[in-house]
Amino acid sequence: MDQVKAVVLRAAGINCDMETENALRLAGAQAQRLHINRLVENKNLLDGFHILVIPGGFSYGDDVAAGKILANQIKHHLYESIRKFIDDGKLVLGICNGFQVLVKAGLLPGNGSGNSQKDVTITNNDSGKFEDRWVYLQPQTGRCVFINKDQRIYLPIAHGEGKVVTDSVESLRQLQDGGFVAFKYVDKDGNEGPFPVNPNGSVCSIAGLTDTTGRVMGLMPHPERFVYHTQHPHWTRLPNAGQGDPDVSGTIFNNAVNYMKQNF
Amino acid sequence: MRQWRFEVFNKAGTTDVHGNGVLEDIKELGINSVEAVQSAKVFLIEAGFDKDFAQRVANELLADPVCEEYYIGRSKAPAGLAKATLIEVHLKSGVTDPVAQSVTTAILDMGVEVDNVRTARKYVLLGQIKQNQIEAISKKILANDCIEQVIVGDAAEPPSPHLKPYELNIVHWPIRDLDDDSLVALSKGKDLFLNLVEMKTIQKYYQDLGREPIDLELETLAQTWSEHCVHKTLKSSVDMTVNGENVHFDNLLKETVFGATKELDKSWCISVFDDNAGVIEFDEESAVCFKVETHNHPSALDPYGGAATGIGGVIRDPMGTGMGARPIANTDIFCFGRVDMKNDELPKGVLHPRRIMKGVVSGVRDYGNRMGIPTVNGALYFDDRYLANPLVYCGNIGIMDKDKCFKHPQTGNLIIVVGGRTGRDGIHGATFSSGEMTHEHDTIFSHAVQIGNPITEKKMLDVILQAREQGLYEAITDCGAGGLSSAVGEMGAELGAEVDMEDIPLKYAGLNYTEIWISEAQERMVISVKPENLEAITKIFDSENVESTVIGKFTGDKKLKLRYSGQLVGELDMDFLHHGVPKYSRKAVWITPKLSEPNIHTKDNYNEDLLKILSAPNVASKEWVIRQYDHEVQGGSVIKPLAGIENDGPGDAAVIRPKYNSNKGIAISCGLNPCYGDIDPYWMALAGIDEAIRNIICVGGRFDRIAILDNFCWGDCTKPETLGPLVRAAQACYDGAIAYSAPFISGKDSLNNEFKCEDGSRISIPSTLLISAISIVDDVTKCVTMDAKKAGNFIFIVGLTKNELGGSHYYKVNDQLGANVPTVDLQKGPKISERISQAIEKELIASCHDCSEGGLAVALAEMAFAGGLGIEADLKALPRSPDCNNTAAQLFSESNSRYVIEVEPGRFGDFAKLMLNLPFGQIGKVTEDANLIIKDQNGKTVIDADINELKKTWQKTFNW
Repeated sequence: MDQVKAVVLRAAGINCDMETENALRLAGAQAQRLHINRLVENKNLLDGFHILVIPGGFSYGDDVAAGKILANQIKHHLYESIRKFIDDGKLVLGICNGFQVLVKAGLLPGNGSGNSQKDVTITNNDSGKFEDRWVYLQPQTGRCVFINKDQRIYLPIAHGEGKVVTDSVESLRQLQDGGFVAFKYVDKDGNEGPFPVNPNGSVCSIAGLTDTTGRVMGLMPHPERFVYHTQHPHWTRLPNAGQGDPDVSGTIFNNAVNYMKQNF
Repeated sequence: MRQWRFEVFNKAGTTDVHGNGVLEDIKELGINSVEAVQSAKVFLIEAGFDKDFAQRVANELLADPVCEEYYIGRSKAPAGLAKATLIEVHLKSGVTDPVAQSVTTAILDMGVEVDNVRTARKYVLLGQIKQNQIEAISKKILANDCIEQVIVGDAAEPPSPHLKPYELNIVHWPIRDLDDDSLVALSKGKDLFLNLVEMKTIQKYYQDLGREPIDLELETLAQTWSEHCVHKTLKSSVDMTVNGENVHFDNLLKETVFGATKELDKSWCISVFDDNAGVIEFDEESAVCFKVETHNHPSALDPYGGAATGIGGVIRDPMGTGMGARPIANTDIFCFGRVDMKNDELPKGVLHPRRIMKGVVSGVRDYGNRMGIPTVNGALYFDDRYLANPLVYCGNIGIMDKDKCFKHPQTGNLIIVVGGRTGRDGIHGATFSSGEMTHEHDTIFSHAVQIGNPITEKKMLDVILQAREQGLYEAITDCGAGGLSSAVGEMGAELGAEVDMEDIPLKYAGLNYTEIWISEAQERMVISVKPENLEAITKIFDSENVESTVIGKFTGDKKLKLRYSGQLVGELDMDFLHHGVPKYSRKAVWITPKLSEPNIHTKDNYNEDLLKILSAPNVASKEWVIRQYDHEVQGGSVIKPLAGIENDGPGDAAVIRPKYNSNKGIAISCGLNPCYGDIDPYWMALAGIDEAIRNIICVGGRFDRIAILDNFCWGDCTKPETLGPLVRAAQACYDGAIAYSAPFISGKDSLNNEFKCEDGSRISIPSTLLISAISIVDDVTKCVTMDAKKAGNFIFIVGLTKNELGGSHYYKVNDQLGANVPTVDLQKGPKISERISQAIEKELIASCHDCSEGGLAVALAEMAFAGGLGIEADLKALPRSPDCNNTAAQLFSESNSRYVIEVEPGRFGDFAKLMLNLPFGQIGKVTEDANLIIKDQNGKTVIDADINELKKTWQKTFNW
């Protein structure tokens, strides 16, 4: 297909919608921000899009727990529409708060994984506080259409509740063996490690998850915050300071748009 | 209707982050008998649902199935009541509970309407704990008396959420026949903070009218005439004696700060000292506006809430500037007492500085992050005189189209209040903040504390920007200090307004008309709408669940008329309200203090002094604070607050790029040097201006587009000896703005930062002037950071190092003050800044760092460890004044207008040519080995330190 259409969900407290829309546009999609009330009023509205992104922020203030209230709203009003969206072969990306929402709404790791929101969740950082810092991410699965399996990427996190936990060793093994882990936190050489390499204490350094289709992904770091060279924390030290560096910035959005162009 | 009680705990084996944090705080308090703390969330839900549904609510909504477990009803203490203490913290009646609102909506999503939701926190403390320890833990760690109620044990019931409705009862406060003493007593008794002259002016107004005032009218006058709202002191006429010579100002502000702006008359200044924020040109289409506010008194009582509403309030300033700007960056600057102070050193009624700091940082973090606005620049300063009066400065920058920079409310427009509801929080905030604090303030003024809910503000922002784009309103302003009284009063100042107060939506029943009118409840804005646009604008607000209500209209009769249930409860002439405040004349005195330079012997090695300065709280790394703020949201980040190879060096200023399709950016910085004020506030103010501007220049901001803001925080300025220093600082503001051709565009003052202790003694803050600066960056790809880049590059210093250790950190760590305060050469200083700015524009500079606190030695150390490289420097090449012979002065003098610069060998020629005729010297080079080596004039090594050691020392102070 030629024109990939992406929708960025808005809701009370969502606040990374503008830069996410911009990142999708840079990747070649026609992107639009839409308030959840419009989708609840008109469930067919989603049909006109190919990529749904639930961006970062503090939906409903993260009251009760991060992403919980929005997840509850989705479960009761939009679950079927989003399920159909995925079954149609389209893509869903949850970033930071959006990742928390996808997990708590039961969309990640999703049907068929053996896991549901009862065995995986995202909770308070071990440090007990919000942190903004850059982390290296190592892709773990070839199934997920958003990532290049062998490309380590560098992105910022900005969250207080990003620790992925499972209810049992068994559930964790299913996640790992089943290829549901999209990214792990690593150091610049690719090795896992304690804080700050793993910034929140996630089990097995899990930074992002995908589902059985590989077309749904959620991650705590913010890919939309690194789509320009000057967003890199030490761009002034890099040899091509001030110049574009397509190798690293914008990968996830480029992959998403290209996948839809080629496969839909 | 039944009340369901849910308690949600962490499952065994998972980390109870909140409980662990509390345990840590208890240990810090010196209580070691508590072995463990368990925390729980408590939900009290009044609803008609059955037990099955209650279990669904718990399973699906309230408790996380993986890491939490729940009880319906009360859980038993795990170790039995003999070994466990149960403490519950409930919000007092009427205090906003955002979580309760979300839970109500979420249960509605599940298909059931509930009657009432309240939330609380429960703590189970294990160990043998004494009664007085329980009290200390409750008061100092778990709860804030102003807004929360503590229940110990499991017997007592939480406060009832149900309040009685208000019945109209119009109250008059007769003043026509009062004598002077009675007028003063009335003002004091009603917390009006109006002085005798003002009370007599008001008395005369009512004598002429031939009636007695209604309470609401006096309250409205008190709010509008408060120091906080009209800046009586800065606008007063001043007779000043400077070392015996007399100086007179007709209007201090107009002749100093504002005077410079008027004289400079920059075409790129769009709106200055007029609206809620100062507005300057950004590019062809857009303008940016900047405002910095203080929220000192509320933060002293409730650090978390005070700071949160401080940032929440200042965000609404750009939102209420012109036709409304979109906020794009926050700044925050805090001054606290010593954080390692012992508990028994604290005066009564004062919170520990460490608790204040943690609370303030969390407050700004939670509000700023939730609004999705990056907090990009700030500073922290510590001095024991801030103990009872911490300073919390919060700033916000917004962007808007140039054709939306002015508002035009018109007769016949409807007055609409948008956003949050009105509650009893924040009553008397404006007057309270204008008075001094006492040891009883924490109980008397608890109602002045405001409660914030950032999501309400974010929702409001989202819809207001849509309404603005469609041109559906004529004017907008925020409800800040003075609440609706100020917002409606100011917007209708030239028109006249009438308001029906029972139409104003309330958080809960029981508010009387005065409380409604002067409440400073957060997240409210007032807009002026043509009747024909009402339907369209209401539709936008409704579409995203934002409440908006017509509360009155602008009339044209130049009167403020307030009604409740159709009855008049207040009527004031707009002219008297806004222009009736008497003009003051004040006396000020300045006598140069008799200080001398200490005798500090020359040492062979200064490593120890350097390490001491690096770990001093004012210099040490603020990473612990910075990382808690989201400084990258909105995707405009170019120069972050932390720089260098490990992302942890101290950046000089922030640069953001507010438009995705343009490489134009803005640079944001600040300058603050209260230390110098103890010697001379004139030089303190100039140092602040010079420092803020240096920081802008360091990252690549344009020299010819710098705008600055002033925030004066002072003690009691009715005392001539306190006003004197303020006048000196104001004079410096004029001189600095003119010399640097940098106009002031906005400002604010917070006076009366004094604390009356129980024994009658007073603590006054040091004279504190914050200068904030903003400038344009034409091409962000040319920006520069402070970290050393490459071994082999040359290190230069530009600017003269003088014998100016007075007020320096070198003296501070050696327990001295000194006399030689850093001065500013008003001819050379601007030239240096301009030339550096040109060098960055020509891309001749690899790194650039402001030489300030701790002097040259600290600047070099920071550049080296931020870059992970060594630096070898030689003081022989240091450009210095003839009297700057002492090695300590050469290393640590904090002389202004100096930059440390790294230049690649290939750019040396062009750089040197550009610096011609300026004091500059090549003092060293960047090296591969990780050492900072500094040699004195005779070639002797006086500093030789491993950069990793230096960095570790610099980082450990706030490694919390």
